[in-house]
Amino acid sequence: MGKPDLTDQSPGTATVDETAVEDLRARQGRGRPRAKSWRLYGRRLLRRPAALVGTVIFCMFLFLAVFGPWVAPYDYQKQNADLRLDAPSLSHPFGADQFGRDILSRVIVGTRNIFLLGGFGTLVAVVIGTGIGLLAGYIGGMGDEIIMRLLDVLLSFPSLLLAMVLLAAAGPSNLNIVLVVALLYIPMVARVVRSMVLDLKNKEFVEAARVRGEGRGYILVREILPNALPPLLVEASMRFSYSIFLVASLGYLGLGVQPPSPDWGLQINEARNFFQIAPWVLLFPACTIAVLVVSTNLMSDGLRQIMLPGGGRD
Amino acid sequence: MASVMDRAASAAAASPSPRPVFEVEGLHVDYLTEHGVLHAVRDVSLAIHEHESFGLVGESGSGKSTLAMGAIRYLASNGRVTDGSVRLNGVELLGLSRKELRKLWGASIGVVYQSPLSALNPSIPIGRQLAEVARLHLDMDAAAARSRVAEMLTKVAMPDPEAVMRRYPHQLSGGMLQRCVIAMALMTNPSLLIMDEPTTALDVTTQAVVLDLVADLKREFDSAILYITHDLGVITKICDRVGVMYAGEFMEQAALNDLFARPLHPYTLDLLGCVPRFDPTPEKRSLVTIPGAIPRVDELPPGCIFAPRCEFVEEACTRARPPLREVEAGHLTACRRWEAVPPPEEYLREATEAVRTAGVAAAEADALVEVEGAEVHFKAPKGVIRAVDGVDLRVCVGQTLGVVGESGSGKTTVARAIIGLTPATGGDITLRGDSLPRTTGKRSRSTLREIQMVFQNPDASLNPTRSVGDAIMRPLRLLGDMSREEAKRRAEELLRAVSLPVSYFDRLPHELSGGEKQRVAIARAFAADPDLILCDEPISSLDVSVQGSLMNLLMQLQVEKQTSYLFISHDLSAVQHLSDTIAVVYLGHAMEVGDAVRVLTPPFHPYTEALLSAVPLPDPDVQQKPIRLGGAVPSAMDVPSGCRFHPRCPRFLGEICVREEPPWREGEGNHRIYCHIPLDELARLQAQTLVFGDDAGDRDGAEREEHDDGEVA
Repeated sequence: MGKPDLTDQSPGTATVDETAVEDLRARQGRGRPRAKSWRLYGRRLLRRPAALVGTVIFCMFLFLAVFGPWVAPYDYQKQNADLRLDAPSLSHPFGADQFGRDILSRVIVGTRNIFLLGGFGTLVAVVIGTGIGLLAGYIGGMGDEIIMRLLDVLLSFPSLLLAMVLLAAAGPSNLNIVLVVALLYIPMVARVVRSMVLDLKNKEFVEAARVRGEGRGYILVREILPNALPPLLVEASMRFSYSIFLVASLGYLGLGVQPPSPDWGLQINEARNFFQIAPWVLLFPACTIAVLVVSTNLMSDGLRQIMLPGGGRD
Repeated sequence: MASVMDRAASAAAASPSPRPVFEVEGLHVDYLTEHGVLHAVRDVSLAIHEHESFGLVGESGSGKSTLAMGAIRYLASNGRVTDGSVRLNGVELLGLSRKELRKLWGASIGVVYQSPLSALNPSIPIGRQLAEVARLHLDMDAAAARSRVAEMLTKVAMPDPEAVMRRYPHQLSGGMLQRCVIAMALMTNPSLLIMDEPTTALDVTTQAVVLDLVADLKREFDSAILYITHDLGVITKICDRVGVMYAGEFMEQAALNDLFARPLHPYTLDLLGCVPRFDPTPEKRSLVTIPGAIPRVDELPPGCIFAPRCEFVEEACTRARPPLREVEAGHLTACRRWEAVPPPEEYLREATEAVRTAGVAAAEADALVEVEGAEVHFKAPKGVIRAVDGVDLRVCVGQTLGVVGESGSGKTTVARAIIGLTPATGGDITLRGDSLPRTTGKRSRSTLREIQMVFQNPDASLNPTRSVGDAIMRPLRLLGDMSREEAKRRAEELLRAVSLPVSYFDRLPHELSGGEKQRVAIARAFAADPDLILCDEPISSLDVSVQGSLMNLLMQLQVEKQTSYLFISHDLSAVQHLSDTIAVVYLGHAMEVGDAVRVLTPPFHPYTEALLSAVPLPDPDVQQKPIRLGGAVPSAMDVPSGCRFHPRCPRFLGEICVREEPPWREGEGNHRIYCHIPLDELARLQAQTLVFGDDAGDRDGAEREEHDDGEVA
């Protein structure tokens, strides 16, 4: 009897879920100390090239956001009449804009802007959204219905439109942009958190907490919330990537920070006029936006696959 | 039900066929995981003949499902068969192309899985799904297929096959669905039928019906059956030969009677001792515990894989792995010291000890918690769900009340009402005479201390983000008012009390096995030093050997701390092992209550009788009179009038059972039965219902009493 054909002849069922195999091993006999979660997540990340690339690129941008002004080759504000609309060259890899400013430097410094506005907006959305989601999920009943319907109202507005209206009314300051971004994303965060709460509040360990007389607040914050963190983190990173896009769009529409700030959206807007003679002035900021959004998306998708059981299928 | 003689007859009828239908030789199956290659199944061989049924027994991780699925090349995409030979009717399976395999699957090989709901397409009527098999593999046209389906459904004792064929899976009960799946699998009269834990998800009484069915079908169809289960009792009902697997290898293979009468491997011997015996005497003995734990497949010991846990280990056992070889006629073992393995009776006496004596339900003065006329009704859009509908219970100090019932009985809901998670809507629950507030929110801290709970699902009963030590310390600090240092010391004591190493203090739940998590849950429940602990099916989801050790732990802690237990389970063996008093519950109402010994001996309530006769006992010599219940448990929204058991009662009297609610008939001590039939009449009728392994009772083919009322939904 020769060796059997070793090629895969399984009926093409889906891959065995890694966490399920872990669980199977856990059911037998003695458990053993596993590698700490972070190391496990790290290993899984290394196995997913798309997510890995996304994460690396995101980290690069993060670095630029923090150290931008020191890394940029030139002063982003310095105008230089000789260099006006110069094509990309060795000394100016991204070329120069209509005022002779180095585009690469402007893009680098603009990173901080976008990260701050998008980042804080997302952060505020996460904090408030989590609070609302916890509350709605736990109290259930009519209160939950009311809260969710109010959030639905917010969700039903096209986001850019709502942002424009609010900013036009309130004036385009940095604080207002952060608040508008937060307002737009609170409903989604609240939804995610609420669905986790609905799932977790019937779990036995929550009942065990009730049985020993824990108060509602304790249960929400110390029992439920820590278990809702993985999906929350995934949602937060997705929101961040959308917020980049939103902030850039607002900048493009002139509702973001005002010139001479190196806001990417604003740069694109300003570059429209010379697109035919100097396309790089528009293209580089645009591509940068695209690269950041895509890489953040890849990263958050990777996070979803790594941290959630079953790859977080919807 | 096949008696011993019938089994011998069918084995004799099968012996003329010399070649086995299904042969596995030296099979190796691997899984590729992110942690490396797991050699899940190593060098296994078995052979099954026509009409023969081979029982594959093992705990989790033994590789029994992997063996079966690997043999028919139906593994998940990260599974590989890496060596060996599998022959079905002489044809080698391991070299076939996927196309050829597909022809075999369904035509020559049938599989029945654990969950019938996932085996059937929820959006296609039953008739059409089953007909698909006939049309595809038997080349029948639509009309012929339909009549074949009707024929098969009749063979699996389905009431009103035509009506069933028009229904969708969600409209049928679990037992009926499983019968449909069996019909589907047997439709082509396959050479091999694999059944992977087909009755594990079913109620005990439904399981009994399905097992009877399989035993009958064995005779009618030619298939060789590979029956996979962890339950030794179920094996005795339908298997001719048994193979015991452990961590990916066979430990022993033998004919059914040989295996149980004289096991020749220490693991088999231990397994038999882990299962509680049905023993209506007041003396409570411990169960056999197997020290250590099932080894991980990537961490196997060098010699015999069972050696680290074996009672009879010698130095030579740890050096080389003993092969599975035939040492007596038809009896194979992988133990080098097989001759030293003692007979089970002797071993059980020595390896277990008397722990305590069952108490008698004492006078009311000793009652800790009393439940009177408890009702838990839920409002639903279409009516009222009467989950608990008049239950009276009493738990005495330092004693265990076992509550046994099947799905829909309301046993869990009663416990939740007592502890305040689900408020009772009627009746009274008192603790030491004082009425208990209905929800936890309204109870005082001292009340909360006194009643605690151990939950069913070990994976969900601990907060995954909290360490073991934290989980145990929290009730100590919240309810026990201890300082951090005191709480830490006490938590460590509790860890030791549940036989867990103190080094587990900082571990997270996912670093523990199921059995260990349950021990932590028990430690946590004991932390507040309660007087009563509610145990809601605490061991049902664990392996047999782990169940045994946890039951020992519970008993030992009870003796030490004089805590009372309310032990809820559908597993009558476990309940009778642990309980001083037993309450049998059906559809929200108690049917019989009393001291354990009384409840387990005649007279019984007809429902108790049916339960007892349905429990598969791990003893091939025991004769259980087959009292089978037809139909399924009615919905709690639609409780039958009069005696709610009347539609399924094998001892249905007549008009009176439908019209009037039965009285409580008082027996000896605190024994009472909720039935219209007087106790002496019941005693007379039931004199020979259950035999505890000795000679009383009829031997040749007890009459089957079945009441089938054709209830479908």
